[in-house]
Amino acid sequence: MDIFGIPVQALMGQLLIGLINGSFYALLSLGLAVIFGLLNIINFAHGAFYMMGAFGAYLLLNKLGLNYWWALLLSPIIVGAVGVVLERTMLKRLYQLDHLYGLLLTFGLALIIQGLFRNEFGSSGLPYAIPAQLSGGQNLGFMFLPNYRAWVIVASLIVCLLTWYVIEHTRLGGYLRAATENPQLVQAFGINVPRMITLTFGFGVGLAALAGVMAAPIYQVGPLMGADLIIVVFAVVVIGGMGSIMGAIVTGFGLGLVEGLTKVFYPEASTTVIFVIMTIVLLLRPAGLFGAEK
Amino acid sequence: MMVVLIAAPFLGVYPVFMMKVMCFALFACAFNLLLGFGGLLSFGHAMFLGGAGYAAAHSAKVWGFTPELAVLFATACTAALGWVTGLLAIRRQGIYFAMITLALAQMVFFFSLQAPFTHGEDGIQAVPRGKLFGLIDLSQPSAMYIFVLLIFVIGFALIYRIVHSPFGQVLQAIRENEARAISLGYDADKFKHRAYVLSATLSGLAGATKAILFQLASLTDVHWGMSGEVVLMTLVGGMGTIFGPVVGAAVIVTMQNYLAELGAWVTVVQGVIFVICVLLFRRGIVGEIGNWLKKSL
Repeated sequence: MDIFGIPVQALMGQLLIGLINGSFYALLSLGLAVIFGLLNIINFAHGAFYMMGAFGAYLLLNKLGLNYWWALLLSPIIVGAVGVVLERTMLKRLYQLDHLYGLLLTFGLALIIQGLFRNEFGSSGLPYAIPAQLSGGQNLGFMFLPNYRAWVIVASLIVCLLTWYVIEHTRLGGYLRAATENPQLVQAFGINVPRMITLTFGFGVGLAALAGVMAAPIYQVGPLMGADLIIVVFAVVVIGGMGSIMGAIVTGFGLGLVEGLTKVFYPEASTTVIFVIMTIVLLLRPAGLFGAEK
Repeated sequence: MMVVLIAAPFLGVYPVFMMKVMCFALFACAFNLLLGFGGLLSFGHAMFLGGAGYAAAHSAKVWGFTPELAVLFATACTAALGWVTGLLAIRRQGIYFAMITLALAQMVFFFSLQAPFTHGEDGIQAVPRGKLFGLIDLSQPSAMYIFVLLIFVIGFALIYRIVHSPFGQVLQAIRENEARAISLGYDADKFKHRAYVLSATLSGLAGATKAILFQLASLTDVHWGMSGEVVLMTLVGGMGTIFGPVVGAAVIVTMQNYLAELGAWVTVVQGVIFVICVLLFRRGIVGEIGNWLKKSL
């Protein structure tokens, strides 16, 4: 069976890969959007935290013998805690300055973190096995769907929607959104805004680490795994509209699919298609697809 | 500064090292024209350095251009690239601008990786240095040194001139308070676009010279790591100062040359310098000295 001259298996395979990549784009750009919303900082170290999450899983397994499920819980907490420390010691000194300094500081942090991991583990990737419960796959008739990949897509979709629900539809999320609009006023109502900012940063970083743990069995665990991914994620955030939660989720998955489709029909353009889309979107809607014009 | 640059090879400084510093210094000065005086942080300037490198290397090696023509051709190419990308990028400000330039540069990177004439991972190697105006043989180290020195001095003088011209003054006014500059009747976007194109063109000049000097155009120069490095050079030297980027480039290139055997630790050291500069010395080396002397350098 062919669709536009492409065998269905190949098409579905690429769409699946696109959906997987899209899950990671969505999780990472969601964390970036949350951090940007409240701290007004573009976290250049986001890719490094994603990498730390993957290494967290690797180290928990190989040094402490804790399996994937423990890593899924512990690694984001540990990396999130690192994020909290960095926010308390460094980032909070920059809030009254130009936003650019936040970008520069996190860029420096990314260099340090990646350099340290490269010294410790070398540049080549380390393997991480798929957990036993999720190995194998389903035969859907028209294609073979590995269980682990299905799990990644479903899990990240759930995490994304939960985050969206909490921020847009709960009281806690209401405080957060209010604090982005007017921190002084929210502070006057007796809410500890600095602590909220710290915890939000920790949460965003934790999301990146969670994506890292989920990515570990699919890609190899390596010090530079986040470095190139992060630029694509930046493009996703720009296309979706910076700071927009729904924009981050929808464009994340959507662009993953577009990338997968491009790989089928015109492979040469698959690495640049996202940047081309970004250019077109910027020409038509400078604030991004879901962003509000300021 | 001129005296130092002319005398350095006689004092036993390795000339190739000096030429490398000059290429990066010109690159950093061009970058600072945009960041320091225009307030626009581009995170994609590697596309101009690397793009010009490919254009110069290809035209010199495959089309047999003489070095001055190759450099001019490459500079013209980056001017065109800057014109187009600038139109897109200046539509947004601040971090948005930074991320858009980064994404545009990434497009150029993937293009360089895949286009047949760039030879992918290998880059364009063994580029002939050729004869300047068909007369002066640039394979002579002293001729090459004078060539690079001249280009650097011309580029630097041009930047100095731009900064101290009415155009530069308006640019700084826009950086300080864009709304006020617009209300005074200046078309801020037009000024920013011009500054962007000028910065791109001069970065291209640096990149083309670098390609002829090292006889090589490679992916390193278009990779986004290079965009980060030029930010670091400017930040260390002092953004918004005339001499800062030169000092910053000298410091960073020296560091990379002499710490090369430490491998990935160089990245860590660079990251630490970044963090320290942002947290403690936002004025940079030259900026701090200028502040101490109560003079703008």
